[in-house]
Amino acid sequence: MLDTKMKRRLIEIVGTENVLDSNQHRLVYSYDATPNFQHLPDAAVMPRSTEEVSSILKLCNEMKIPIVPRGSGTNLSAGTCPVEGGIVLLFNHMNRILEIDEENLTVTVQPGLITLELIKAVEERGLFYPPDPSSMKISTIGGNLSENSGGLRGLKYGVTRDYVMGLEAVLPNGDIIKTGGKLAKDVAGYDLTRLFVGSEGTLGVITEATLKLIPMPETKRTMLAIYDDLDAAAKTVSAIIANRIIPATLEFLDKPTLEVVEDFAKIGLPTYAQAVLLIEQDGPEEVVNRDMAKMAELCRQESAVDIQIAQTTEEAEALTTARRAALSALARKKPTTILEDATVPRSNVAEMVRAINTIAAKYNVNICTFGHAGDGNLHPTCMTDARDKEELERVEQAFAEIFEKAIELGGTITGEHGVGKMKAPYLEWKLGETGIAAMKAIKAAFDPNNIMNPGKMFAKSERKRVVSGR
Amino acid sequence: MSPKQDIREQLAERLDYDELMKCMRCGFCLPTCPTYIQTNQDEAASPRGRIALMKGVVDGLIEPDQDFQDQLDLCLGCRACEPVCPSGVKYGHLLEDARDVLTQSTSFSLTEKLVRNVTFDRLFPNQDRMRQANSLLRFYQKSGMQKLVRGSNALKILPGNLEAMESILPEVPPSAMLKQRPEHINATSSPKKKVAFFSGCLMDTMFATTNDSTLTLLTEAGCEVSIPKGQGCCGALHAHGGEKASAKELAKRNIEAFEKVEADVIVTNAGGCGALLCEYDHLLKDEPEWVERAKGFAAKVKDFSEVLVELSFHEDKELALPDHTVTYQDSCHLRNVMKTSTAPRKLLQSIDGLTFNEMKDADHCCGSAGIYNITHSDMANQILDFKMQRVKETAADTIITANPGCLMQMKLGVKREGLDDSMQAVHLADLLVEALKHGEKSTTHHVHQEHQHTAATTLDDNG
Repeated sequence: MLDTKMKRRLIEIVGTENVLDSNQHRLVYSYDATPNFQHLPDAAVMPRSTEEVSSILKLCNEMKIPIVPRGSGTNLSAGTCPVEGGIVLLFNHMNRILEIDEENLTVTVQPGLITLELIKAVEERGLFYPPDPSSMKISTIGGNLSENSGGLRGLKYGVTRDYVMGLEAVLPNGDIIKTGGKLAKDVAGYDLTRLFVGSEGTLGVITEATLKLIPMPETKRTMLAIYDDLDAAAKTVSAIIANRIIPATLEFLDKPTLEVVEDFAKIGLPTYAQAVLLIEQDGPEEVVNRDMAKMAELCRQESAVDIQIAQTTEEAEALTTARRAALSALARKKPTTILEDATVPRSNVAEMVRAINTIAAKYNVNICTFGHAGDGNLHPTCMTDARDKEELERVEQAFAEIFEKAIELGGTITGEHGVGKMKAPYLEWKLGETGIAAMKAIKAAFDPNNIMNPGKMFAKSERKRVVSGR
Repeated sequence: MSPKQDIREQLAERLDYDELMKCMRCGFCLPTCPTYIQTNQDEAASPRGRIALMKGVVDGLIEPDQDFQDQLDLCLGCRACEPVCPSGVKYGHLLEDARDVLTQSTSFSLTEKLVRNVTFDRLFPNQDRMRQANSLLRFYQKSGMQKLVRGSNALKILPGNLEAMESILPEVPPSAMLKQRPEHINATSSPKKKVAFFSGCLMDTMFATTNDSTLTLLTEAGCEVSIPKGQGCCGALHAHGGEKASAKELAKRNIEAFEKVEADVIVTNAGGCGALLCEYDHLLKDEPEWVERAKGFAAKVKDFSEVLVELSFHEDKELALPDHTVTYQDSCHLRNVMKTSTAPRKLLQSIDGLTFNEMKDADHCCGSAGIYNITHSDMANQILDFKMQRVKETAADTIITANPGCLMQMKLGVKREGLDDSMQAVHLADLLVEALKHGEKSTTHHVHQEHQHTAATTLDDNG
């Protein structure tokens, strides 16, 4: 709980109505979308401006009170769970589009803006903001920036990082900094823009962002390739890339995932299949048609049993929307769904999919796999029950081995969900001791009192690797 | 044991913990929740937040304090969060159980007790009393007393929305009409389907004309209609208001009444009632001797619009109306629980002369939500004003709904906007009957004066 003095000082900054410390508010800001993580903050605070954010940070730095910036709480690595209490910072009042600059093709926004609202607003002007995390209907830009979110279009268009041109951020001491700008080229000093993107709220608070827009692709086509063999589907992914085609989207769903998604969306997905690939290409019509034909041929060569091409925009939209619901739909099967996003170089997708299945069998756990196969970013999801402690232990072991395998294949422990609290014990596996030390030095330079999202990214104790090193 | 401890234990016992865990907190429900939107994204006022609160109380993380109760009360119960939930969490059931526990352990003030007693125990479950209340209301409307009262400032003392509600009450049908309700009607042509009609409590009194319209449509579509005796209020107000025990009794009465007639379908014309009727099996799930009977009943329940579309009423009949632009406001329970959303639109689109403009956020609650617009008039009005902006964007002169609560609320919306002269709200069944009459008229007209232009007749203002 906040002590009276601290509460009074916060109220002086943002007003009574913007300091929420009732039991109900402490509870509803105690979680995000990561299972098994919950911790009550002391309060949630809703600043109305950069200046207010600055004053709050200065105060918390002085009092050494943790700050956890939070968007809509769709985080999947417990990054927005206030594990050490303190203040959850909300951006409900800072959610506006400040400018769409059609001459420089940029948009400047506040962090609380919902991703989809940004996408819609720029598309109305014929412009395109590609990063499209599955939670884009709910997630905020601030959250996307802090997590460097990916999405279905990551393969061709890159991730959030690739569209950030400039930031305004508040440092833990209250200093307001501006990085980058509406500039295609800018090498003045360290690239703090890139440092802040994906920093998971551990360095400071992003209060404004200038994002890059590109022209809207002329056309888009969507198809579903259906397989009765998991391996064949995974191999097709590598074949497409090896044939020098970069589709806008190349998603993979296995049978159990297909079943639950169909159960929810009821759009006639081929639940008889062992796996499907959801493929999209966009761009000039003739290029799209040529690529789609070539990809369909490659799918058949890898023994796809059927290929269905969406006939209308609505049909195509229904397919991608259904795919975005995959994770949550899996919760239909079991009370707890634990999701990971181990990522490998895309030539190794087939091997990784095979390894996941072998590991699941070895530990006798139920793992479904879907994900952005085209960029090697898989989402093995374990369906379990948090009340079954013995099984949870096996799940943990299975995921540890999956991370191990991913790293062995030249991959990483997280492609787009972030390290947060959940994967902090594994970070050293990817970075090594020296890598961790360098990152900790950066953290200490920005945030010597460790008030920014403490307990995230760096674990108090690292996990021992299951299998000995690379 | 402290009362709070008691509430916690009861919640732990009553709430389905698997269902609470099923919410994996992805937040897909957030953008569909009217109270989340209207509170500038207060997580506590969202479905995910409310489920977390319920689980938090059960887990002992927080106490079931006043904030907790108020937050559950603030929920409209529109259930828009359910169809968008990929995990398939039955939020409505959790809410219903939580409210039941809270209500049963609340000590109400004397006035509240009286209101609840009259509403839940005396009035709604008893069709004779409903008719008596109607007679009183009709007397009030017809005797000049209404004029007198409205002229005075007497209504100003009514709390919240009640003064406004008084002004939009429909003109009540005469008692004679309410006393002689039919029990069986044959189809106008050879019968294609045997149906039983659920006449409802409010629908069969205050909205009896709409019931008559529905019966006309059903028989015109080729239905042989039974209207079982002994049926009554569906119990939705009770179930949503934390009076589950009474809701169960009403459910049993209706199941018994409908078991006495032979019918393939049980037809309703009020989404709010239909949604509970088709969940009688859930309501009675803990009563072994009833659950199978309830399943049989629930499986047969359909909205009249679905029945009409199935019987291709909209293709076989000439439906026409003079130039009108209409829009459709979904009944939340019809859409989110009964899953009926395309049939009403199909019917509207098949009416010649009518322009149907889909409203943005038509699937968002209008704020009526049972008695919510009386108990939470501020939030209800905020939601209604938002809704009326959407209505105005469609340039519609007529708002169509398929539930009495929504209908009254939209009438209230029209009034609040000061649009009484240019806009009306009409139940789908009443509009369709008009369209049927007009369609037949213009066909005969057309046959008789084949080479002349037909003059447009205007739609009767009462729909």
